[in-house]
Amino acid sequence: MRQGEISLAGLLALFSLYLMWKSAELPIGYIRGQGPGGGFWPFWLSVGMLLSCVAIAWNWWRGKSPASVSDEPLMDAFGWRTVLHVGGGVIAFVALISVVSMYGAVGLFLVYYLRFLGRHSWALTLAIAIVLPIGLFFFFEGAMQISMPQGLPFTQPFFDVMYDIIY
Amino acid sequence: MEALSFLADGVLVALEPLNLLLILIGVTVGLFIGAMPGLGSVNGVAILLPITFLVPPGSAIIFLAAIYYGAMYGGAISSITMGIPGASTAVATTFDGRPLALQGRASLALVTAAIASFVGGTIANVLFTLFAPLLATMALSFGPPEIFALMLLAFATFVGLGGDDIPKTIFSICLGLVLATVGFDTISGEPRLVLFEIEGFLRGIGFIVLAIGVYGIGEMLWTIEQTRGEVTTTNPKMTMKGMVSDSKEAMRRGWKGTGIGSLLGFFVGVLPAAGATPGSLMSYGVAKMVSKNPEEYGKGTPDGVAAPEAANNSASTGSMLPMLTLGIPGSPTTAILLGGMVIWGLTPGPRLFVDESEFVWGLIGSFYISNIAALFINLAFIPLFVWMLRMPFTILAPLIFVLSIVGGFAASRSMHDLWLIIIFGLAAFFLRKFDYPLAPAVLAIVLGPIAEPTMRQSLLLSSGDPTIFFTRPIAGPITVVAIILILLPAIKLLRRKRSEKLA
Repeated sequence: MRQGEISLAGLLALFSLYLMWKSAELPIGYIRGQGPGGGFWPFWLSVGMLLSCVAIAWNWWRGKSPASVSDEPLMDAFGWRTVLHVGGGVIAFVALISVVSMYGAVGLFLVYYLRFLGRHSWALTLAIAIVLPIGLFFFFEGAMQISMPQGLPFTQPFFDVMYDIIY
Repeated sequence: MEALSFLADGVLVALEPLNLLLILIGVTVGLFIGAMPGLGSVNGVAILLPITFLVPPGSAIIFLAAIYYGAMYGGAISSITMGIPGASTAVATTFDGRPLALQGRASLALVTAAIASFVGGTIANVLFTLFAPLLATMALSFGPPEIFALMLLAFATFVGLGGDDIPKTIFSICLGLVLATVGFDTISGEPRLVLFEIEGFLRGIGFIVLAIGVYGIGEMLWTIEQTRGEVTTTNPKMTMKGMVSDSKEAMRRGWKGTGIGSLLGFFVGVLPAAGATPGSLMSYGVAKMVSKNPEEYGKGTPDGVAAPEAANNSASTGSMLPMLTLGIPGSPTTAILLGGMVIWGLTPGPRLFVDESEFVWGLIGSFYISNIAALFINLAFIPLFVWMLRMPFTILAPLIFVLSIVGGFAASRSMHDLWLIIIFGLAAFFLRKFDYPLAPAVLAIVLGPIAEPTMRQSLLLSSGDPTIFFTRPIAGPITVVAIILILLPAIKLLRRKRSEKLA
């Protein structure tokens, strides 16, 4: 944790410097007749972020924060595995939206999570993975008039049938 | 007394069968739309606006106001049960609502939210009825320096009162404010902070993207990792007797927050640029400040749920005031309501109360009826929301992820924003591991778009002289209080060091 705290502060300091540089593309001072320039507010706030990182590093040096005096690892093997399985699943879910449509991706993610991570029965898994996307379809496309991504052309027959029901 | 007789007529209008039916439907629809992450009252009102052309204008605005009320009650539901603020007005409700739900006291949190919302709405309605014209004049005296001072006060309540690591809190506030500036500079119209030259950033970063990333993804990953997937929302049972005792407890332990939220929320809501979000956040901050046990805040105290919930309902009613009396909308939802009124041939402004008095008082009467309907409909649905929490976490967690992603897309209709949600979620997970408070960043991204333009307009007014924030009669005292609150931790530290030296 101790190593992680200072590494994270360093990374955030670099990000603050990047934001300062990027803000400086617009004027960061006061322009007579126009007030503060467009970069004024984000630039000085990024300076605030950088100074906060310096203060965080100072507290780390003095051992004032709990993480700076902790010898424990950031996460154990179980923690990393859990985060990879769950976080990876969510990333795959979003990646699949452009391929199998939002509703298809919801169904596949639910099968992955309920069956493989949650170890629920196939009956329960399939019931939720089929009913929820259909319910969401009627709520968003029918009631709220919000169109979700439809993925690649092969999903079209499904949408044709569903739109026939709504309209 | 004249106002009371007009109000009685207005209540009778609201109780007409068609209007009453529309109120019941509107509140129920609003409740569910508000409970959905990513959708808020603005979506409900905008989507259902065309339907209202089927009924007379008076009934139409009553229907839309009922949706608005329902959605305000509904915002608390996703904050408490899922830990995701469905709308910016319900961010502060997660601070104590979610911990209460995790302790198995979701019903107490939901009942507290419902009662506080009802009281907040009722107090606001009474203030609205009695002082509408007077308050509208007062709101007009709030210019950019006053609104900026108010924003400063909202941030100060978090820096000065947060028990968290101060540099990390300041980092979080600055980060949220910088993220709010991504997109276009609203004053010069030039592109600004288009990060890594990715075009998607030209549209800016919405509050909901950060909120869903932090709460829907980051916080969920953190909870799963910390609890090893064995989340115990300790047996949230729901019985009639339990609900009655929860109601009593909510009133006993939440009255102070409710009172603060109701009054503060209303006055902040009345101000044209402010609205319900700063109102609810400031009420939370003030309730914590005056509490005898401020350390209980953030761990699950009913007062921490009551203050923001009373405030956001109260502010919603308050924000109707400048819309009706001055034609200035105080929030995106009231802007749509205003648009609807113009389409129906009504002209909001000082003459409205004289020219269309039946319409105005019918609407005000419907606020009272909607508020009562929202309380009972909300209480009736609480068992359903608590039942959701009884699901095994391995079912609830994927449902929350799905609602976060689908709701995130519904709010912005952009895949770029969905990837941002994932990036914010993963970043929030690691920042949370190192005790960076993230609520201030979410607060900042909401208030940033109000704070920056008002600050720049104020400096423009004063030709760059920052003393404008101290010399104006209303802005001055607010700025001074905000600065004292910001310096409070340093003052406390100095006093402690001095007393240690003396000892």
